Amino acid sequence: MDALTRARWPLLALAAAGALLVGVAVGAVPLPLAAIAAALFRNAGPDAAIIRDLRVPRVLLGFLVGGSLSVSGAILQALIRNPLADPYILGLSGGAAVGAVAAIALGLASAWALPVAALAGGLLTLALVYRLSLADRRRMDPHTLLLAGVITNAFTGAVLAAVLSLSDAARLRNAFLWLLGGLSGASWEAVGALALYALPPLVLLLWNARWFDLLVLGEDTARHLGADPERLKRLAYFATGLIAAATVATCGMIGFVGLIVPHVIRRLWGPLHRPLLPAAFLLGGAFLVMADALARSVARPIELPVGVVTALLGVPLFAVLLRRSLS
Amino acid sequence: MRLFAQHLTVRYSRLGAPALEDVSLSLGLGELVALVGPNGSGKTTLLRALLGTVPLESGRVEIAQRALAAWPSRELARMVGVVPQREDLLFPLRVRETVALGRYAHLGPLAAEGEVDRRVVAEAMRRCDLEQLSERKTDTLSSGEWQRTRIARALAQEPKILMLDEPTAALDVRHEMEVFELVRRLVDEGLAGLIVTHHLNLAARYADRVVLLSRGRIAGEGTPSAVLRRDVVAGVFDWPVAVTAWSDGSPQVVPLRPREVGAGGPDAR
Repeated sequence: MDALTRARWPLLALAAAGALLVGVAVGAVPLPLAAIAAALFRNAGPDAAIIRDLRVPRVLLGFLVGGSLSVSGAILQALIRNPLADPYILGLSGGAAVGAVAAIALGLASAWALPVAALAGGLLTLALVYRLSLADRRRMDPHTLLLAGVITNAFTGAVLAAVLSLSDAARLRNAFLWLLGGLSGASWEAVGALALYALPPLVLLLWNARWFDLLVLGEDTARHLGADPERLKRLAYFATGLIAAATVATCGMIGFVGLIVPHVIRRLWGPLHRPLLPAAFLLGGAFLVMADALARSVARPIELPVGVVTALLGVPLFAVLLRRSLS
Repeated sequence: MRLFAQHLTVRYSRLGAPALEDVSLSLGLGELVALVGPNGSGKTTLLRALLGTVPLESGRVEIAQRALAAWPSRELARMVGVVPQREDLLFPLRVRETVALGRYAHLGPLAAEGEVDRRVVAEAMRRCDLEQLSERKTDTLSSGEWQRTRIARALAQEPKILMLDEPTAALDVRHEMEVFELVRRLVDEGLAGLIVTHHLNLAARYADRVVLLSRGRIAGEGTPSAVLRRDVVAGVFDWPVAVTAWSDGSPQVVPLRPREVGAGGPDAR
């Protein structure tokens, strides 16, 4: 364990870099390293356009989404004080999905309108769940928050089903594929838009990482140890909410990353959030990029939805971890 | 440095009886005060009122001549260390990591532990006899070890005041005595101590003063022998008791069985 403890940061950095490289190399047209280097550093070679305009934004988007979802999952597990919390537990993704699917059903699914509709749905739900979660006067209660999220998820699920059942077949398939999540819409604009929405909350969460160690102990204990629980809870809620709405708006719902990665990192780094959050970002990013590379290459030329791959990879991995921790 | 609380009244629901009514208290360095009283008498509420975690209907709390509301949470954590009754153990840390949580109020947002922090944590662990358990996960500790860990965490805050809410509720005799011995030693070394407990007899032997609460009001305050009198204790707890004296002079309360009442039980006072 000691050698592993010493080597874990370099190993993680290596895994992240390796995943990015594999992500660029793998796809409908497999590319050798020389072609990638030529395209990146000299903007030369026959595949330069594929690499610079398709592959690179796609792996960057995947990395940013996977990393953001993992950090968001870790924070929500601390906020709700429940190891089963994932980035979608508070119902915001459902709101975003309703926004997006409504846009598809109404035939408004242009490249720029879809994310806007999803973001609008997500932010509307963010405000609604927040209002529901305020217990007595202005105090935010995590249990009420969880309950508000669950009922909101149920409600948006019903709205989604209603919209889908009223849609014609072609739009139904589009909406269904969108719901499964995927990075095929990646572009430099999408990377830029996601960075704009996701990076500020990520930086705020990292900056406050340490205080989440205290919040996990319960609000009173956190306060006795110097934290300000009300401020922390609001920060956690709005930061993770913005991340959920922005990621769902850019690439749909990608499950399991945000649930599993924080648990894997806790095994390796322990539960303290100052190392946990950056490590979860790197591993989550690497994991989603690798899952996307697999999704693009196993059934070439058909692309599997990346959410299917994250679940197929993530669940067995999680089961192994669970067994290890019990034995 | 003193803690002053004057005329505290707390009401949880607007119509119901107050959980705390017109309670005043003062606490100084080198002094251990035991807060006793029946279940629901307002002990934990008083503790929460002193820490500002429950809104006051009236009254004021002052620590080191500064109103409680004027203390930012981080500064307050460097003045008052608390061992609460319960806390969640969701993702168990190691003992040393748990004790180091007490340093957060001293650290900047991204700063790593410095030399001073490591020294304070080591010293807190030494005082609570935890050096051997440093790398143990907290979910593998016995109740006594866990309480000592939480007391060490409070000490790592370098507080002037230590507040403990029923720290020995689930402990056997030895561990209970160890906690009381530890708290008494810390107070003798200069801390101000406030301990909520159901153990009248240990309160009588360890505390300098006893505050007896009944239905949210103070039913007695003073030295253990002045407060733990037979009529007072029997009245407040609504159960017949006898009070005898231990060899160090501290009053010891013996609850009576119904058939012993009026049979001239062992009443030393």
